[in-house]
Amino acid sequence: MAEQKPEFWRWHEYTWRDEGKNWKDYEKITAGVDIGSVSSKAAIMVDGELYSYSLFRTGSSSPDSAHKAIQGCLDGTGMTLDDIKFIVGTGYGRVNVPFAHKTVTEIACHARGANSMNAGVRTILDMGGQDCKAILCDENGKVQQFLMNDKCAAGTGRGMEVVSDLLSVPIGDIGPLSLGVDREPPPVSSTCVVFAKTEAVGLLREGFNVAEVLAAYCAAMAHRVVTLIQRVGVKKEFAITGGISKNAGVVKRIEKELGVEAVEIAPDAQLAGAIGAANFAKDLLAKQMARAAG
Amino acid sequence: MVSAGIDVGAETVKVVILNGDKIVGRSIVRGGLDRSKSSDEAMDEALKSAGLSRGDVERTVATGIGRKEVEFATAVATEIAADARGVTILFPSVRTIIDVGAEEARGIKTDGTGKVTDFAKNEKCAAGVGSFVGSMARALEIQLEDMGPLSLESDKEIPMNVTCVVFAESEVVSLIHAKVPKPDIARAIHGAIATRTTSMVRRVGIEKEVVFIGGVAKNPGVVESLKRHLGVDFLIPEEPQMVGAMGAAIIAATAN
Amino acid sequence: MLANYGYSDGSGTYYITLDTDKCDGCRDCVTACPQQMFLVEPDDYDDDKAVIKEAMRKDVKYLCAPCKPTAGPRELPCETACTPRAIVHSW
Ligand code: SF4
Ligand code: SF4
Repeated sequence: MAEQKPEFWRWHEYTWRDEGKNWKDYEKITAGVDIGSVSSKAAIMVDGELYSYSLFRTGSSSPDSAHKAIQGCLDGTGMTLDDIKFIVGTGYGRVNVPFAHKTVTEIACHARGANSMNAGVRTILDMGGQDCKAILCDENGKVQQFLMNDKCAAGTGRGMEVVSDLLSVPIGDIGPLSLGVDREPPPVSSTCVVFAKTEAVGLLREGFNVAEVLAAYCAAMAHRVVTLIQRVGVKKEFAITGGISKNAGVVKRIEKELGVEAVEIAPDAQLAGAIGAANFAKDLLAKQMARAAG
Repeated sequence: MVSAGIDVGAETVKVVILNGDKIVGRSIVRGGLDRSKSSDEAMDEALKSAGLSRGDVERTVATGIGRKEVEFATAVATEIAADARGVTILFPSVRTIIDVGAEEARGIKTDGTGKVTDFAKNEKCAAGVGSFVGSMARALEIQLEDMGPLSLESDKEIPMNVTCVVFAESEVVSLIHAKVPKPDIARAIHGAIATRTTSMVRRVGIEKEVVFIGGVAKNPGVVESLKRHLGVDFLIPEEPQMVGAMGAAIIAATAN
Repeated sequence: MLANYGYSDGSGTYYITLDTDKCDGCRDCVTACPQQMFLVEPDDYDDDKAVIKEAMRKDVKYLCAPCKPTAGPRELPCETACTPRAIVHSW
């Protein structure tokens, strides 16, 4: 990866398993593996119910990361890779999950996962470190419209990092600081991060303090992603995922501009892609079994 | 009659003072955040070089991104109109103008009388305009003036994903880590500007003669690349960055 | 599904929208586009649908520029070639 600081938000590696279930009691065991540029996730489902999941840092090789993620789900269960009847791989760019039976696009998996984790979610805004996606799906999590923006740093975690460096404010403090201002300066008018930097310096010279400049930038960022999401259309329920979903300074301003409150994706929105992939695997397995049954 | 043209660009302010149709004064100063102040500075410097004072100037036309902030201007003109007028005086045979400045790039078609018949612009995204080269020079840790000559040392085409300045900065850092020679990186950067400029100019259509103006025209790396991409030769005035101010001064001189 | 390929940056918004409900996978766009930007491949539901090649999505404004002269009537080869009208440019 070209990034020097790929992690835009702090998170740790972990695994989880539903101790109340014995996988041997179930028939359809499926899995989803999501290899992102920063983190690798896997989820195992038994008859459509979540059984285990894991989240690890992506290493330099995506096949190795895929193995590590799925192993995290298997460890301590007595289950082996061969026990999983269908595996779907997904992720950023050219996905390479050697043991997957099929690959599904990350947009489709992300929507499906978010929708199944929080039934009812129809609009998803995913703001990652290097891209921004807006997805509209139907009540079953099937994508109706999407757009992705991975060309421009404005509206991504990387753009926020540039501002954090410029003003020497730790990335995690930006949200709270930007919300604590008494007066909101007008939003930074340049979309371009490069020109916004010059504008931010100008605001400081004009006498605005750091928190106010952050507010101006958060507002600009919120406005930018709102225009993107409005292209696909906003339907309640609406969820924000990705690193910037942890920045209240941006989230609150998006909610205000859209007039809709974002809902939570539990247990962890980062797992949406893997869980969506496991859901796809469940359907594909059912199809395969139906075909075999003739 | 003494007239003046002032071009308030994103990075520099340029002034040309005409007495009749003769250039009697000029200046170029780095623009600060306060554009009205930098305009005053540039004007005073140009007047000094002409041995004139404010009261001697009958009309001043302002152009450039900050043209509305020039308090002493009697009129304003768009960059496109100013470019066309300036080029027509310098090179009457030119029909296609390519202007790449710090924050904006334009392709302009004129009819030979200084009238604009068509134009296309690249603006508000730093990828594809002059400030991109500046950011990349910083990432490469070399002087901006050295970028062009350095890139000419390379004859390699290295693939680079230069769609956003911010992402390109990290890419340059990793190329340096990967021990890719700096001339090759510089060449790739200039190539990216040139492809973007070429496709913009193709929208208005290329009609001979072609002129390349704006601050970026002083960078030999971009000039070489643009020649390769465009496939036609073009003229470059001696001071490509002064053409807008020159055009504005001519508009001031001929207005009635 | 409406798939939007392209991007939005400081200079504007440039998306090519492909309506997968209308696209019948005929490949007419593949032949029509002078920049070879289209590809027909199986989608997530195993139907053949047109997409814009991944490597070209961040450059559509520049790649499509020759098809979009500033003067004269606008007729894009891809939009014209597509009988079911599944292709729409946003700019
Ligand atoms: S507008 Fe700025 S931040 Fe966006 S792509 Fe262009 S250079 Fe990058
Ligand atoms: S406008 Fe031209 S280059 Fe762009 S997709 Fe259509 S046919 Fe291809």
